[in-house]
Amino acid sequence: MIELILFYVVAAVLVFSAGMVVAVRNPVIAALSLVLCFFCSAAIWMLLEAEFLAIVLVLVYVGAVMVLFLFVVMMLDINLAEMRAGFSRFLPIGLTVALVMIFAMVLVLGSGFFAGSNYVPLKHAADYSNTRELGLLLYTEYLYPFEIAGAILLVAIIAAIALTLRKSRNNRSPAPAKQVIVKRADRIRLVKMESEQKP
Amino acid sequence: MIALPQVLILAAILFCISVAGIFINRKNVLILLMCIELMLLSVNMNFIAFSQFLGDIHGQVFVFFILTVAAAESAIGLGILVVLFRNRNTINVSELDSMKG
Repeated sequence: MIELILFYVVAAVLVFSAGMVVAVRNPVIAALSLVLCFFCSAAIWMLLEAEFLAIVLVLVYVGAVMVLFLFVVMMLDINLAEMRAGFSRFLPIGLTVALVMIFAMVLVLGSGFFAGSNYVPLKHAADYSNTRELGLLLYTEYLYPFEIAGAILLVAIIAAIALTLRKSRNNRSPAPAKQVIVKRADRIRLVKMESEQKP
Repeated sequence: MIALPQVLILAAILFCISVAGIFINRKNVLILLMCIELMLLSVNMNFIAFSQFLGDIHGQVFVFFILTVAAAESAIGLGILVVLFRNRNTINVSELDSMKG
């Protein structure tokens, strides 16, 4: 029972903060609402006994991705008024699409198809470790996809650096290629001249 | 006791809010990226709900990979955004039409 109450409270906060993300004027507040969204989702995943992923969501998303978002939001100097220009114009369309989709999905999901006896959650023993089970699967059956995921992250690091790296214009570093091809004659000129008379 | 339809409906509501957000904030690339993150979150929630209620942990492995790819995606997306802002001095989608024929 307490589980259900907790679920409803967290879900309400989650939906509210998701609404804040799409509706607020200031991108900083939107990013912070998204952080709240991730926290609430982590709580719900915790209730669904996916502890490892809940912790990963908080660590990776709140700790890294959202901080990156906040950095970018604060770095860019955005004209807020211009950004909000089409807000009231597109609001009816957006709301209509969302409501139709929610209506359709609630109709399907609330029809009782997923409420049958096939979908009863497994109650794990007290010493069950979600992390251990996930690790066992990840390092055996999913080893190859796991390595590909690592490669994807490496590509992302290199791409992000390569995109944003800017050559400084007043950088006074030597150019080795030019140093190598230079000839002696380019630098030194020997001049023959008469020796001076001794007075 | 949480039932499966409750979690699924929550994820559906989350998804619809982010779809509406993409419609509403179609000028600001930053908010669009945030809406995409929100969509991925709702999909992950579906995966975890089914993984828990069907007693099959493979769904959680999938969530792990989705999180990885989503993190890479947002890093590259924000990198592109920074370069875009540096070159054009705007992130307004309606002004980014230099490739238009």
